[in-house]
Amino acid sequence: MTAWQVIAPGLLTTVQDQGRTGFGAIGVARAGALDAAAAWLGNQLVGNDAGAAVLEITLRGPTLRLPGPASIALTGAAVQARFEGTALPMQRPVQLPAGTLELGAVSGGVRSYLAVQGGFGVPQVMGSRSTDLRGGFGGLEGRALRQDDALPLSLPSRAMATAPDWPGWWVGPEAIVGAAGAPIRYVPSTHGLATQLAQQSWRASPSSDRQGLRLQGQALATDSGSQLSEPVAPGTIQLPPDGLPIVLLADAQTIGGYARLGHVIAADLPRLAQCGPGQAVAFEAVSLQQAQAAACVQRARMNRIALALRARRS
Amino acid sequence: MSFPVCEALADDALLLRLGERIEVDLNARAHAVAAALSAAAPPWLVDVVPAYASVAVFFDAAVLGDGAHAQVEQALRAALRSAAPSDTHGRLVEIPVCYGGPHGQDLQDSAQALEIPEAELIQRHAAGQYTVGMIGFAPGFPYLLGLDPTLALPRLATPRTRVPAGSVAIGGAQTGIYPRGGAGGWRLLGRTPVTLFDPARGQPCLLSPGDRVRFVPIDAAAFDRWPP
Repeated sequence: MTAWQVIAPGLLTTVQDQGRTGFGAIGVARAGALDAAAAWLGNQLVGNDAGAAVLEITLRGPTLRLPGPASIALTGAAVQARFEGTALPMQRPVQLPAGTLELGAVSGGVRSYLAVQGGFGVPQVMGSRSTDLRGGFGGLEGRALRQDDALPLSLPSRAMATAPDWPGWWVGPEAIVGAAGAPIRYVPSTHGLATQLAQQSWRASPSSDRQGLRLQGQALATDSGSQLSEPVAPGTIQLPPDGLPIVLLADAQTIGGYARLGHVIAADLPRLAQCGPGQAVAFEAVSLQQAQAAACVQRARMNRIALALRARRS
Repeated sequence: MSFPVCEALADDALLLRLGERIEVDLNARAHAVAAALSAAAPPWLVDVVPAYASVAVFFDAAVLGDGAHAQVEQALRAALRSAAPSDTHGRLVEIPVCYGGPHGQDLQDSAQALEIPEAELIQRHAAGQYTVGMIGFAPGFPYLLGLDPTLALPRLATPRTRVPAGSVAIGGAQTGIYPRGGAGGWRLLGRTPVTLFDPARGQPCLLSPGDRVRFVPIDAAAFDRWPP
């Protein structure tokens, strides 16, 4: 089986797919790409199934040695990409011959995605190839990439490029998730402070990670610290005793004991995943009906993109 | 507040609350509802997560379409009516535990804090009839109901950065088992040689919510040569 060699791992590079479902009752997190829209688009651009495994790149990318030609796509936040001296573009299929792919700084967000035709071929664990960092399984041995790792591909490459090549068109992230600066929409819970979230300005804390986006700002005056532990989900907005909310992300634990202010709507989780340290985050309260309408709009956009890309390939 | 109540947990998840206390009866109802819904297996069902007194249902919103949460609430309330907690006792699982010494670093301090001999703490902890109230915090971590209330111990002021895998511990009025090494703030009484969670196994988790658990004391030699 073909494998890429990891020459430098980047800051936190993990194998992710759409996540692991069906194991919440035994405490297993969903995991999966944090910006699921970007991972989906990457797979579409190279002609993969939506469930193929991609690399999630955090803030600084890896350097990878490709032993043969490959068809790749870079999506999500912009990442500096060079292949044997040639700068590569984002958001479109790119044909590469054998050589060294150097990914550098990520800008305009936190997370970039590298999809390859066929997908990365790490073994499925509990139905998914996603890395569960807290559980220590899935992906490549349950951890981020390290130097000298061999990153297996699922299929031998069909690509035949002798030089980097790409089309003149591209599909931007806003085509799926909308404008980057728009407020993050959430459905407030019945908690007394739930609507207060939208009245204040917040910033993303540098201590945020794949488990949760921590907010900085004026602490909400909370009296009830902990409550009876209940299930939580990616998107749940927790209010710990210090009054600084945490929005849970894909690596969220399955059960939590903090008060909750509601949940971020599914359509806006990809944009939330791109909020970098210190970045302003504004929230807007919406109804459950509005959340479902937004999800419908997003599914329709994705269907149109999938159809258009299929038409270009045929 | 009157129970049961339902609340949107996510665009694709609904939370059913049966109460807001840790009680054996409430917990048994949560397990019964979860089991009834899993058995009914509606085509939109993605995951069911029971906790102490609540159940989360994750669903495929695209399959359900408009009013997904209301439809799921209906199914949950039907499961609640049909669920029979008395018929759904989980399996009985015996967990061998080597108490004290290097395997239970807090046993001595805990016995002192409770003002009882170490042997009595071991005997009373192992005599308990426990139920897996829920699994969470980490993959495979069981929160066990049924701890003798007089054995309740406050959590450590500063959590340990390294708790050995298999540690059996008390935190507040609860007892549990750490499936994997990592940070943790509960008082470590002993350690089991049994692997609680192995993602490579067909059934990754030894315990399921609702299972009953009995601790069986073993000595250090038996721990070292486990399985016997």
